Amino acid sequence: MSELITSSAAQLAAKLAAGEVSAVEVTQAHLDRIAEVDGAINAFLHVNTDEALQVAADVDKARAAGEELHELAGVPIAIKDLIVTKGQPTTAGSKMLEGWMSPYDATVISKIRAARMPMLGKTNLDEFAMGSSTEHSAYGPTRNPWDLDRIPGGSGGGSAAAVAAFEAPLALGTDTGGSIRQPASVTGSVGVKPTYGGVSRYGAIAMASSLDQIGPVSRTVLDAALLQELIGGHDPRDSTSLTDPVGALADAARNGNVAGMRIGVIKELQGEGYEAGVQARFTESLDMLRDAGAEIVEVSCPNFKYALGAYYLIMPSEASSNLAKYDGVRYGMRELPAEPPLTIERVMGATRAAGFGDEVKRRIILGTYALSAGYYDAYYGSAQKVRTLIQRDFNAAFAQADVLISPTSPNTAFKLGEKLDDPLAMYLNDVATIPANMAGVPGISIPGGLSDGLPVGIQFLAPAREDIRLYRAGAALEGMLEQKWGGPLLASAPVLGGVK
Amino acid sequence: MSVHIQDETLSFEEAMEKYDPVLGFEVHVELNTKTKMFSDAPNIFGDEPNTAVTPVDLGMPGVLPVVNKKAVEYSILIGLALNCKIAESCTFARKQYFYPDTPKNFQTSQYEDPIAYDGYLDIELEDGTVFRVEIERAHMEEDAGKLTHMGGAAGRIQGADFSLVDYNRAGVPLVEIVTKPIEGAGSRAPELAKAYVAAIREIVKNLGVSDAKMERGNVRCDANVSLRPYGQEKFGTRSETKNVNSLRAVERAVRFEIQRHAAVLDSGNEIVQETRHWHEDTRSTTSGRPKSDADDYRYFPEPDLLPVVTTTEWIEELRSRLPEPPAERRKRLKEDWGYSDAEFRDVVNAGVMEAIEETIAAGASAQVARKWWMGEVARRAKEAEVDPVDVGVTPELIVELDRLVQTGKINDKLARQVLDGVLAGEGIPEEVIEKRGLAVVSDDGPLLEAIDAALAAQPDVADKIRGGKVQAVGAIVGGVMKATRGQADAGRVRELILERLGVSA
Repeated sequence: MSELITSSAAQLAAKLAAGEVSAVEVTQAHLDRIAEVDGAINAFLHVNTDEALQVAADVDKARAAGEELHELAGVPIAIKDLIVTKGQPTTAGSKMLEGWMSPYDATVISKIRAARMPMLGKTNLDEFAMGSSTEHSAYGPTRNPWDLDRIPGGSGGGSAAAVAAFEAPLALGTDTGGSIRQPASVTGSVGVKPTYGGVSRYGAIAMASSLDQIGPVSRTVLDAALLQELIGGHDPRDSTSLTDPVGALADAARNGNVAGMRIGVIKELQGEGYEAGVQARFTESLDMLRDAGAEIVEVSCPNFKYALGAYYLIMPSEASSNLAKYDGVRYGMRELPAEPPLTIERVMGATRAAGFGDEVKRRIILGTYALSAGYYDAYYGSAQKVRTLIQRDFNAAFAQADVLISPTSPNTAFKLGEKLDDPLAMYLNDVATIPANMAGVPGISIPGGLSDGLPVGIQFLAPAREDIRLYRAGAALEGMLEQKWGGPLLASAPVLGGVK
Repeated sequence: MSVHIQDETLSFEEAMEKYDPVLGFEVHVELNTKTKMFSDAPNIFGDEPNTAVTPVDLGMPGVLPVVNKKAVEYSILIGLALNCKIAESCTFARKQYFYPDTPKNFQTSQYEDPIAYDGYLDIELEDGTVFRVEIERAHMEEDAGKLTHMGGAAGRIQGADFSLVDYNRAGVPLVEIVTKPIEGAGSRAPELAKAYVAAIREIVKNLGVSDAKMERGNVRCDANVSLRPYGQEKFGTRSETKNVNSLRAVERAVRFEIQRHAAVLDSGNEIVQETRHWHEDTRSTTSGRPKSDADDYRYFPEPDLLPVVTTTEWIEELRSRLPEPPAERRKRLKEDWGYSDAEFRDVVNAGVMEAIEETIAAGASAQVARKWWMGEVARRAKEAEVDPVDVGVTPELIVELDRLVQTGKINDKLARQVLDGVLAGEGIPEEVIEKRGLAVVSDDGPLLEAIDAALAAQPDVADKIRGGKVQAVGAIVGGVMKATRGQADAGRVRELILERLGVSA
């Protein structure tokens, strides 16, 4: 494979800055890779060839003219198709928005444009980000580069697979219950869910507003840090966005170190329900961290056992409301009822019946029920109380530890179709990632090795606004593991396409 | 096509003998902020449809709301003017229902914790009686878009061929003011209803937070009416008459509902809890949709917004900005203008106090302003069955007409004809005078001819005047005025007659 596509974003940035390669060459190399392998992977719903090359050419021109450029200028990026972009379609993986073009850019997209990163295209996802396998996309599933018969995780399977298959050095994802971290885990890539409010949600199509967060997907911890520094920060268009400074995340990633760090092992997020291979890689990581001078402590978060149940009340409740706007009146799909009369209620009904897939309908129905008069207190109200309890668990745990650690997902990538008819089994994939969303704390997943030839993810969690700790701990573990493996984990992934 | 069924009613007097009315009002006030409640689109409803919109107002995928701080300030000002407590912290909620004028299919509103609560307003009735109305809450929310139903029956959605939506109004900031049940108004209920809405309109206009034009929907009233037998504590079943959009209509709608309820109860039937629509043409209400307290809007806290937190400093700063309360203002104006109690009450009841104030500010005397608004303008309003302020007469026009009278260019009678012309769109007063040839005849030549003719026609009167009975001059003046079709200056005519006859005035 060309070095241009196996290089990390930081390496590409250095080569571009030194004039060793042009942005057009880098972008074209990735477009070529997409053309070569994406027929098999299906990570991209839209490839943005012309605009990406134009942006790259402009970067080269600007650099030649001696203009001051952002560090990531000319480094290509893929965008989860839940994030709206002017000039490219945005579908949310749904038939409902097929052909829809956003009249505005998400705040993160404006920042990417300002940094002059060529956008390679829009990546596949479970419809409206509802799923853990990308099988719920209306445009066909994405496949895991490690084994094309397996799922790439979800909902952001497209972004993770694109990065893992060297189609893009960086991607944007969104994480409501694990949609960045779980795909990173099962594809051997790095994914970060920043602190809630750390990155503007303006322009991220909402699933569950109080849980959704945009974050970076990459192949290295440093690359994720560079991207989060770019996209983070306060946005007056998002009332829930934090006013805190983003922090020197890349510095932390360049200086990974766990000496003296207290790392809390969450008792409830291991053992039963976790595959043996996953548990083994997790234990090895703990040993490695201990050897590097970390103090490993066990912490208990007894209310985490209610997290999944509470999540599946809050998330569908908010989703049922956020998805009410897709009714065929103003934009997107409009389906007319088969029989007259053509009343507005019947057009809305026909549109929603035809436009949404089963998983979306399942969650809308769940949420509508949970918010109904007479049930609200028992369902939504109780779930909010659980949320408070989970926050307290985190507070107590962070009193004992600087960061927490767990496997990202209880299992490695499963086979396509394996859990499609069993929603509960599917939902259990997110059991370790959901608590962070419920409490608004940041989390990172980094590759922890292989189990039966499939990647295992290790998750670090930090207190809200302390994303910097994730990068310090994540980079330290990444460095030790890569030393052990003799290179990045993805270097051992099956080679797709022709060898160049 | 639905058949219009006229409901039975009892006479108001009979209804009042048997039943005790209980009222309640929900008044929506559109705030006149520069931008909308949750977006930076201009708040300019009425422009080219769907131009005052951003992706937020259209409910595009990915958008988020941001609370307009000015709208919060205006809401607090309204709360303070209604003697309400102001919440230290309050939240927004989503009120969910599918309707195409609501771009997100939910309305962002306040539910459990309104910005203002527990207030009151003292309402002065026509005879000076003061009635205290308790305010339950005033909360912030966003307006919906405007639907126009095309084809089919009379602009109603039922039977329409298609409907057009204008989202310019979607997201316009609203404050909804909700009263507690109003008991004890008795037969004055319709009058109180009108006076209450007039008071709210006056307050928000006085605060400068709303354009307060009912005909434009800036102030909209939903009126709840229920009846119970005298002595019964429990309230009867209520009806809610929606969007009663003039003061006169509020009074009439409440009166009609009282009479309708009484007839239903008298016949031994039960009142259906429902919304009603007011029809100005038939002066009656018709059934809307059934409404029950169990309407399920699936309210839940708006997760995209943080609570609105108010500080004591902020509230006190806003309190210090409150203008003079309308009741005190009225007292002051009455004294300034030198009107009698009766004159001033008539002015207030006719709804022309502001108009008079503006007319005086534009340069007219208090007496001239009152003469016009309570005289000619009021007469025309009565004829056209509209409020005097809706006749089309501006303070500036009155000042101009008065100036023309004062300078002798026209007289009062001609001024009315000039007004006709202005209202008919013939231009400014000077142009109307020109076109219609209405100027007072001030050239003495034609007048002297007319005077000579009049004197010749009534020689006996001329003799009396010569003999010193100066008061008889009126008959000759009248003759001259008739001959000049009223275009002469009567004062000047009198002078000339006396001059002609060699009599000193």
